[in-house]
Amino acid sequence: MRRSLVIPLAAALSLIIAACGGAPAAPTAAPEAPTTAPAPTAAPAAPAATTGRLETITARGTVICGVNNNPLPGFASVDASGVYSGFDVDFCKAVAAALFDDPSKVEYRPLSSQDRFTALQTGEIDVLIRNSTWTLGRDGDVGLDWSPTTFYDGQGMMVRKDSGITSIDDMDGATICVQTGTTTELNLADVFRAKGLTFQPVVFPDGDQTRSAYDAGQCDGFTTDKSGLVSSITLLSNPADHQILSDTMSKEPLGPSVLQGDPKWADAVNWITYATFQAEEYGITSANLAEFSASEVPEIRRFLGIEGELGKGVGLSNDFAARVIKHVGNYAEIYNRNLGPDTPFNLPRGLNALYTEGGLLYSPPFR
Amino acid sequence: MVADGTTARLPDVTPVQRITTWVRTNLFSTWYNTVITIVLLYGLANALVGLAGWIAQAQGWTAAFTNMKLILAWTYPNDQIWRPQLAVLIVAALLGLSAGVWRGVVQLVTIGAALTTGALAVPAVGLPEFAGTVGLPSWLVLAMSVALLLLGIPLGRRAGGWLRWGLIVLWIAIYPIIILVVRGGIGLPVVETKLWGGLMLTLLLAISGIVLSFPIGVALALGRRSRLPVIRIFCVAYIELIRGVPLVTVLYMGSLLLPLFLPGGESVDQFIRAMVAVTLFSAAYLAENVRGGLQALPAGQTEAARALGLNVVQTTFLITLPQALRAIVPLLVGQSIGLFKDTSLVVIVGLIDLLGAAQNVVGQPDWLGTPGGVWRETFLVIAAIYWIFSFTMSRVSKRIEDSFATSRH
Repeated sequence: MRRSLVIPLAAALSLIIAACGGAPAAPTAAPEAPTTAPAPTAAPAAPAATTGRLETITARGTVICGVNNNPLPGFASVDASGVYSGFDVDFCKAVAAALFDDPSKVEYRPLSSQDRFTALQTGEIDVLIRNSTWTLGRDGDVGLDWSPTTFYDGQGMMVRKDSGITSIDDMDGATICVQTGTTTELNLADVFRAKGLTFQPVVFPDGDQTRSAYDAGQCDGFTTDKSGLVSSITLLSNPADHQILSDTMSKEPLGPSVLQGDPKWADAVNWITYATFQAEEYGITSANLAEFSASEVPEIRRFLGIEGELGKGVGLSNDFAARVIKHVGNYAEIYNRNLGPDTPFNLPRGLNALYTEGGLLYSPPFR
Repeated sequence: MVADGTTARLPDVTPVQRITTWVRTNLFSTWYNTVITIVLLYGLANALVGLAGWIAQAQGWTAAFTNMKLILAWTYPNDQIWRPQLAVLIVAALLGLSAGVWRGVVQLVTIGAALTTGALAVPAVGLPEFAGTVGLPSWLVLAMSVALLLLGIPLGRRAGGWLRWGLIVLWIAIYPIIILVVRGGIGLPVVETKLWGGLMLTLLLAISGIVLSFPIGVALALGRRSRLPVIRIFCVAYIELIRGVPLVTVLYMGSLLLPLFLPGGESVDQFIRAMVAVTLFSAAYLAENVRGGLQALPAGQTEAARALGLNVVQTTFLITLPQALRAIVPLLVGQSIGLFKDTSLVVIVGLIDLLGAAQNVVGQPDWLGTPGGVWRETFLVIAAIYWIFSFTMSRVSKRIEDSFATSRH
C-alpha cells in the first residue's frame, strides 16, 4: 500500500519541479510571449532594496559586463592570449573608461541567450552588452531598461558576387536557404510577398546546415541577421566570392541594457553610449582629443568636461566623455576597429551612420 | 585473422606466399569479388589521399595551436599560469610514485600518460608565449611531467610501506590541494572561478562531480533499501525526481532559478553552482547503479553475515557494499565517462569549458580569411582531447575488471 503511493507521488513531484525548471527559460528565450514566470516580479525588488548600482560598481572597482559566450566575430570574442575584443566589448570598455578612467576595469561574463536576462535580473551583471534586440516584451515583461541602440541590425541576404544580384528586387524566383522555425523565415516570406516576388525556400532546422547548403550551391541566397551573415562569411569555403546585400528585412536594434528600477545607473549607461555618438558628430577621436581639449567652442568644452558640470548630473565625472574618447574612441573608431573597412568584415555603416549622414545615430544635446 | 588461422597449419610457406594466398582467397576469389575489391580500394585510396592532403594543408590547425592556452585554461591570468602547471606536476609526481607502489593498472596508466605527454611535448615547443606570462614553457612542463611519471616508478618500488600510506593520504587530499593551488587563498592571490575555463574547468567539474557524487549516491542507494519509510521515501523521491529531468534542467535550476531565490547582489559562485548541479544529478544515477549492484548479491551473503553476528552497519560496509561496488565497476566508469562529456552542457549556463573555448576559437576574427573556417580542425583537436581521457578511463575499467575476475578464481 505504502509502496504503491510512492511512485505516483514522486512522479507528481518531478512534474512540478520540471514545470518550475522549464518556466524561467520562457521570458528569456521567447520574450514576446506573455509570461507569468516569477522572474520579472521577483527581480526588480532585490537591487532596489540595497544601494544604487552605480555606487555598488564604484565601490567594487570593476563593472561586470555580460557578453556573448558563443562568439560572434566582430562583436565579442577572446583572442589567443585571453583578451576580449569586439564591438560589444568596446562598449563595455567605454563604460569602464567613463567610470574609472581605465578600460581594463571590466569583468566579462560570457552569457548564453538563455541566461542573459536572468543574469541582469539577479544582479550578477551590471550591464548586458550582448547583441540583444530591444523589444517591447524585454523592456516590459522581462523588466529591462534599454540604452540607445549601438548597432541597428536587421535580417540581411547573402548572395554570390558573380550572380549579378545587387538587391532583393533582383531575386524574383530565387532559391533561398533559410533556417526553419525562426522569425527569419517569416520575415523572408513577408518581404517577398510585399514586393510581389516569388522565391523558393530551402529550409533547414539548423543554422550550420543552412549555411553549408548555401555554400554548396543549393541556393542563390542565404538569409539571417546581418551580424550573423558577417560571421557566416567566415565559414564559407571562399569568403571573397560572397557579398551581403544592403537590403534590410527586419528591425533588430541591438544595444546595452540594464535592469529596470535604477534610473541613475540607466542614465549613466545611456549617456556614456551617447557620448560615443556625439564625439563622432563633433569629429573628436582618440587621436585628436588633445587638440579639441584646447578648443574654445563652449559646447565642446562642456562635452569634454573642461567647463560646466554635465557629468555630475548623471552620476559620472564631468570629463566622462573625454575619458571614453581617450580610451575607446568615438563611435566611428569603435565601428571601424571591429566591423569597418579595415577589418575582414568590411560591413557598410548603413543605418549605423550618424543622422547627418543618413543613418539613425543621434545623440540628444550635451548641455 | 582468417589468414593466421588457415596458414598456421602450413609451416613451409613464406610470409609473402601467405599474404598472396590470403589476398587471392579473400579479395580476388571471383570476378565480382575482384570488382568490389578494386572499387573499394579506389574509394579508400581516394579518401585517404584526400584526408592526408587536408591534414597537411588545412590552415585551421594553426587556430587550435595558437589558442592552446585558451583551450587548456581559458582566461586564467597569464601571470599566474604557473599554478595550473604546478598542479599538473603534482599529479604527475603522485601518479609516478603510485605506479611504483601499486604497479598493475596504475603503472599502465602512468606509462600511457608518460607516452602521451611526451608525444605532446614535441609540438608544444612551438606554442606561442604571451607577454607577462609567469610560468614555464609548455613543453618544459610536459617534459618535466614525463620525467616525474617515469622516475616515480623506480622510486616508488624502492620505498617502504610508509609511502603507500602517505600516497593514500595524498590522493585523498589531492583535490583540495589542487583547488588551493589553482584558486589561491592562504598567501596566494585568489584567481576567481569566473576566469577558469577550457580543459581545466572540464576536468575540475568532472572530477568533482564523480568524486562528490559517489558518497551521496551510495547513501541514496542504501537509503532506498532502508526499512525506515521516511528515509526510503525521501531517497526514492530524490532519485526519481532527478532522473525524471534532464541535466540541462538541473543546470538551469542551479544557475538561473537559485539566484532568484537567494537575496540579491552577491550570490553563489557560478562554478560552484554548476558543480553542485552536476554532483546532485550524477548522484541519483549512481544510486541506481549501486542499488543494482546490491540487488545482484545473493541473499545468502547478508544471511551469512547475520549468522556470524555482524550488525547491519558491519554487514553493509564489510560484506554487501564491497561486493556490490566491485560488481558495478564498469557501470561506474561508464557513468564517469558520460559525466565527463556531459560537462560540456555548462556552456549554456555561462561557463566556458573545453567545448566553449573551442567555439570561441572558431569565432575569432583572425580566421576570417581561412577558406572553410577553422571549425573542422579545432573541433577535431577537442575531440582528440575528449577521446584521450575517455579512452583512458574505459581501459582502466577493463583492467580493473580483469584483475577482479582473476582474483575471484
